[in-house]
Amino acid sequence: MSPQIAPLSLFFASIFTSNILLANFLGMCSFISISKDFDSSNGLGLAVTVVLTITGVVNWAVLHYILFPLGLYYLRFIVFIIVIAAVVQILEMVIDRLSPALYMTLGIFLPLITVNCAILGAVLFIEIRNYTFLQSAIFSLGSGLGWWLAIASLAAIRKKVDRAPVPAGLKGPGITLITIGFMAMAFIGFSGMLKVQ
Amino acid sequence: MTAKDLKKISRENLWFNNPIFIQILGICSTLAVTNLLTNTLIMTLGVTFTAAFSNLTIAFMKDWIPRKVRMIVQVLIISFYVIIVDILLRAFLPEISKSLGPYVGLIITNCILMGRAEAFAQSNPPIPAFWDGLTSGIGYMWVLMAIAFVREFLGFGTLFGFPVAPAWFPQWTIMVMAPSAFFLVAILLWIAKNRMTGGKA
Repeated sequence: MSPQIAPLSLFFASIFTSNILLANFLGMCSFISISKDFDSSNGLGLAVTVVLTITGVVNWAVLHYILFPLGLYYLRFIVFIIVIAAVVQILEMVIDRLSPALYMTLGIFLPLITVNCAILGAVLFIEIRNYTFLQSAIFSLGSGLGWWLAIASLAAIRKKVDRAPVPAGLKGPGITLITIGFMAMAFIGFSGMLKVQ
Repeated sequence: MTAKDLKKISRENLWFNNPIFIQILGICSTLAVTNLLTNTLIMTLGVTFTAAFSNLTIAFMKDWIPRKVRMIVQVLIISFYVIIVDILLRAFLPEISKSLGPYVGLIITNCILMGRAEAFAQSNPPIPAFWDGLTSGIGYMWVLMAIAFVREFLGFGTLFGFPVAPAWFPQWTIMVMAPSAFFLVAILLWIAKNRMTGGKA
């Protein structure tokens, strides 16, 4: 049974109230280390959005047209991760060919993305919540944009926080985590109004 | 590799180089389930099992893996063990498997596993690699169990599902939700850093 949910509310829910990073903790590792710098955060955010949208749709098709008919459901983790790695690899080659300028901004982040939890996480959410094709496409685009929004805003906030007088033991990752906590409160504050399923 | 070396590895992984305190690595897949102790225990056991055996396997196979494709081979070895964990959970603990949802599969992309594979298993013999994976997993486990203890006690008034708080005890809704996990990790990090550096960082 696919959940009955209007495309538009799914889109906004996946960006804000069910932000894949702030509500589901996915993609934290690169989130904390990259958000030191605003430009890299922007680049990584764009890369995650592109890869997440493509892999979400491709993996939905793989799951419904290959894994289910062949009874290979139990192999899904391996298949998903291979599809993600393949998409990242192809995307890297295509971007390199079409736009060297974009490759310079995105290129260094692409290899990192294969093991970004947000990508695999969104795919697994699509599988568990039984989304339809359209819902999967909207959910993966929304999650990618939500991730981008979160990392770009954190990077902007950190610029100020880095200059603030913070207790020594809390400097760096500590205060960043507290900032993320406040951001999470702001993002999921309206979760009663919008739901992903 | 002597017993002394093994002891050094465990000390590093459990405290001085604890993956969570030093780099906040690997919290993606598990932080989301830390509002209940039982779920956290099962999840971190899964991570420990996967870390230990994938390290062991990678250390055995390292001479046959071409350098260029080693990352993807490591990911495949890790996902192999995660599938085993998933199947075992579905068979013996279907309730918990259901409530963990997608997070079991996300052990694959847990940064600790790749990190240990790259940093240790790739260049060490199998037995120490196994030990390294096991102790990293346990170092990760105790920190997350500490977080889960606070979140479940304050959020639900229970421990491992058993009610322990008196009836008048107010349940902190915030502890059940995502932001509290960030605050608790930050506080633990603060305490740990102060103890390690004696208050002067």
